[in-house]
Amino acid sequence: MAHQSELIEKDILAYLKSQEEKSLLRFITCGSVDDGKSTLIGRLLWDSKMVFEDQLAALEADSKKVGTQGGAIDYALLLDGLQAEREQGITIDVAYRFFSTDRRKFIVADTPGHEQYTRNMVTGASTAKVAVILVDARKGLLTQTRRHSFLVSLVGIRHIVLAINKMDLIDFDAEKFRRIEDDYREFAEPLGFSSITALPISALNGDNIIEKSVNTPWYSGPTLLQFLETVQVEDDRAGQPFRMPVQWVNRPNLDFRGFCGTIAAGTVRPGDEIRVSSSGLVSRVDRVVTMNGDLDEAVAGQAVTLTLKDEIDISRGDMLTVPEAAPLFTRHPEAHLVWLHDEPLRPGQLYLVKSATGITPGRVTDVPYAVDVNTLEQKQVTTLGLNEIALVRLELDRPVPFDPYRENRDTGSFILIDRFSNATVAAGMVSEAVELESHKAQLAELEPETGSAWTRRISLSELSATSLNVVDLTAEYGTFILEAPITLLAHLEKGNRVLFRLRDLGQLPAVALLAYEHNLAFEFDRTLEGISVLLFKRGNLPQDKVDSDTGTGI
Amino acid sequence: MTSNLTHLQQLEAESIHIIREVVAEFDNPVMLYSIGKDSAVMLHLARKAFYPAPAPFPLLHVDTTWKFREMIQFRDRMVEESGFKLIVHVNEEGVARGVSPFTHGSALYTDVMKTEGLKQALDRYKFDAAFGGARRDEEKSRAKERIFSFRSANHRWDPKNQRPELWSLYNTRVKPGESIRVFPLSNWTELDIWQYIHLENIPIVPLYYAAVRPVVERDGMLIMVDDDRLELKPGEVVQHKSVRFRTLGCYPLTGAVESEADTLPQIIQEMLLTRTSERQGRLIDHDQAGSMEKKKQEGYF
Ligand SMILES: Nc1nc2c(ncn2[C@@H]2O[C@H](COP(=O)(O)OP(=O)(O)O)[C@@H](O)[C@H]2O)c(=O)[nH]1
Ligand SMILES: [Mg+2]
Repeated sequence: MAHQSELIEKDILAYLKSQEEKSLLRFITCGSVDDGKSTLIGRLLWDSKMVFEDQLAALEADSKKVGTQGGAIDYALLLDGLQAEREQGITIDVAYRFFSTDRRKFIVADTPGHEQYTRNMVTGASTAKVAVILVDARKGLLTQTRRHSFLVSLVGIRHIVLAINKMDLIDFDAEKFRRIEDDYREFAEPLGFSSITALPISALNGDNIIEKSVNTPWYSGPTLLQFLETVQVEDDRAGQPFRMPVQWVNRPNLDFRGFCGTIAAGTVRPGDEIRVSSSGLVSRVDRVVTMNGDLDEAVAGQAVTLTLKDEIDISRGDMLTVPEAAPLFTRHPEAHLVWLHDEPLRPGQLYLVKSATGITPGRVTDVPYAVDVNTLEQKQVTTLGLNEIALVRLELDRPVPFDPYRENRDTGSFILIDRFSNATVAAGMVSEAVELESHKAQLAELEPETGSAWTRRISLSELSATSLNVVDLTAEYGTFILEAPITLLAHLEKGNRVLFRLRDLGQLPAVALLAYEHNLAFEFDRTLEGISVLLFKRGNLPQDKVDSDTGTGI
Repeated sequence: MTSNLTHLQQLEAESIHIIREVVAEFDNPVMLYSIGKDSAVMLHLARKAFYPAPAPFPLLHVDTTWKFREMIQFRDRMVEESGFKLIVHVNEEGVARGVSPFTHGSALYTDVMKTEGLKQALDRYKFDAAFGGARRDEEKSRAKERIFSFRSANHRWDPKNQRPELWSLYNTRVKPGESIRVFPLSNWTELDIWQYIHLENIPIVPLYYAAVRPVVERDGMLIMVDDDRLELKPGEVVQHKSVRFRTLGCYPLTGAVESEADTLPQIIQEMLLTRTSERQGRLIDHDQAGSMEKKKQEGYF
C-alpha cells in the first residue's frame, strides 16, 4: 500500500496516530464500454499496492485464461468480479473498490458504460463526490460522455475529472488532447460543475496515474492520484441549518427517551432549540448521547442519540431541525425521477416512497416532461421506462419532510418501491414542493358579537383537524378570547400538546382562561425568541409510541 | 469545514445507521456472530447504535463444532459482558452423519456444517434480516454485493438481479419467507478494521496474537493442534512455533502464520508490511476459481 513503510517499520504507533486524521473520498468512474474504466481502477489498486501476492497469482492465472491482453496482466480482471461477467468480458453491475494512501481512503464505484445501464451509474454516483469521466483519446466525446456528465450533474456531483485515456495510442498528442478538453468544457458549461480537470493518461501503462509521465512534458497539471488526494470536496452540510431524520426512538426504560438518527446537515449542541417537522413543536436538546460519552457538539454525518428537555411526541418519520429553517413538509413534492426498472411507471398507481424518514405510500400524479439524456431536451411523455428521466409530481398519503435535493442529498432523495414485487423501481430527487402547505394553524376570526365589540374571539377550530400543534399569536394585537372546539379538547385528551407563541404577557390571560375553563395545565417559557405557553391535559402525558413505530403506515 | 469527519468516523456512522435501519424496519433481525475480528467490530457498533439500551436483537453463532476452543471461551465472555442473547445452532444432522473436515473434505464439510447449518437456523427462528460481518474488500464477488442483500425463500443470492442501492436509502421490503442479509461493514477494509479495534480498544480472540502453539504442517499450511481430534498423518510432527491467525474459523481449515507480533500495533505493522491477503489462510477459497461466488449463490454467507 502507498503508505510510509519506513514509519511503519520504525514507529508503528506514530504511524497509527498519523492515520487517524485521514479523510474519505468516494468517487465514481464512468465512460463507454472499453474506454478503460476497469483497467484504470485496477491500475490504481495495483500502484497503491492494494493487490496482494496471492491475488496477483490469481490475476496472472486469470489473465492467461480470460484476459484481453494476450496473456499479459489484465488489470480489469481485478475488478470484473462476477464469473458471468468475466466470461462475457464486460462489467455489468456496480462494483465498489477500496484503496488508501496516507492522506485519504478512497471508495470507488466502478460502473458499466453500456447503453442500458444508466441505472447503475446513477446508483454509483448517488454517494460519490467526484466523477472520473473516461474518454478514449482516439474517439473524443461520445453521446455517452454527454449522457454520463448530465447524470452525474443531476445526482449532484460537483467535481469532474476528464480522464482522456489511451494517450499511448495517439502518441501523446497534445493538440488532440486540448481539442477534447475544449469540446468538453464547452459542452459542460450549462451543467455548472464547480471544477473540471482534464488529464492525459494511459490506464494500461500508468501514465499520469500515480507519477508524472515522461511522455507528456507539455502537461503540467496533477496526476490522477494527486488530484484525488487533494481535491476539496466541500462538505458544506456542516454549515447548513441542523437536520436530523429520526430513525429510531430508543426507550429502554421510563427514564430515558433518546432520538436516534444520522445528522443530515448542520451541527447540534446541548441547549439548542429544535423543532419537530410533523407537529411543529419546539424543545431543546438536553444531551447528545454516545457510548463514548456525551458530546458537546455533533456534526453532519455523525450517527447520534439526542435527548430533549421536554417530553414531546416524536417518532420515526419525523425530522428534527432548527426552528428558523424548517424543511418542506409536504404531500406534493416535485422531483426528478430516474426509472430503474424494466416495468414502466404506472402513473396513479400506489408505490411505496422511501425517504430519509421512512416509508410513505404515494403515487405519481403528473409527468410534466421527460428529459432526453442525450440532447437534454424536454419532451412530453405519458409514462417512464427503464433508464428514462423525468420531472414528476407526487401525491403522498401523508406529509413528509424534504429539502430540495440540491441543498441536501440525504433529505432530498427518495426511492420508489413496487408494492407487489418489492423491487426498487425508481430514484427521486426533490426539486421543490408544488404548493407549500402552511405549517401554522389557521386562525379564523369570528365577527365580534354585539355588546362585546372590544373582545374578539379567535377560534382554534383548525387545530385538531390538521394535528398541527402550534398557535402563533405574535401577530395579534388587542384583547381576545380563545375558543376551543370539542375536537381540540379530544386532541389534548389523547396526550397531545399545543404550543402558543405569544407577542407579549398581555396575551397570557386568554390562554389561562382557556386552561381554566377546560381543566387544562400549561407550562410557561420565556426564550430568546419570545414567550411560549405549552397547553396540555394533566395526567395525560404523551403516549409511548415506540411500539407503533414501524413508519410504514400500511 | 474543519469539522469534517475522519474516515473511521464516517465508516462508523454509516454502520450504525445501517444497524438502526434494520431494527426500525424488520420484525425479527439477528446478528450472525462468527467470533472473529469483523464480528467483534460489528458487535461493538451494535452496542453503540443503541446505547444506553442493549441491542434489540440476539446473536446467532452457527457452531460447526470445529471452532478453536479459545473462540468459544471468548464468545461466552463477550456475551456475558455485552448482555446480548446468544443462540448457538449446530447442524445436528451433519453431526449425526459424522461430517468432519477430515472425512468429507473442506467443500462438503463447509456446505453441510456452515451453509446448511445457517439456513436451518434462519428457517427455525424465522429471522427476516441477518447481519453479517463481510466486507467488500475481502473478495471480488463481494465487491458487487449490496449492503442490504436480498435472499429468496430458499436463501439464494442472485447476483444478476440485485436491487439498486442509492444514497443511504435501503429497500428493506421482503415477503414472508424471504430475507435480507445486511452487511454493515461493507465499506471497511482489513486495515480499517484493525485501526478501529486499536482506536476503540475492542477485545478480540487471543488467537490473533502470536504465542507458541502446537502446529503441524499440512498442505502448505500450519494447522494448529487444538484438540485430540486432529489425527496426524504419516510423516507429520507436532511442532511448537510462535504463530498467530489473521482470520479465524474451523481450526482444521485455518492456517496460522509464523509471527512474533503479540500486540495490536505489531499485528497492524505486520499486516501493512505483508504481501498476502487475509483470505489466503482459508482453505475453501482455493478450491476452484469463482468458488466464493458459487458458494454465495447457494447461501454461504
Ligand atoms: N492501449 C491502451 N489500451 C487500453 C488502455 N486502457 C485500457 N485499455 C484496453 O482497453 C480495453 C478495455 O478496457 P476495460 O478496462 O475493460 O474498459 P471498461 O469497459 O471501460 O472497463 C482493454 O483491452 C484494455 O486493456 C490504455 O490506456 N491504452
Ligand atoms: Mg469494465
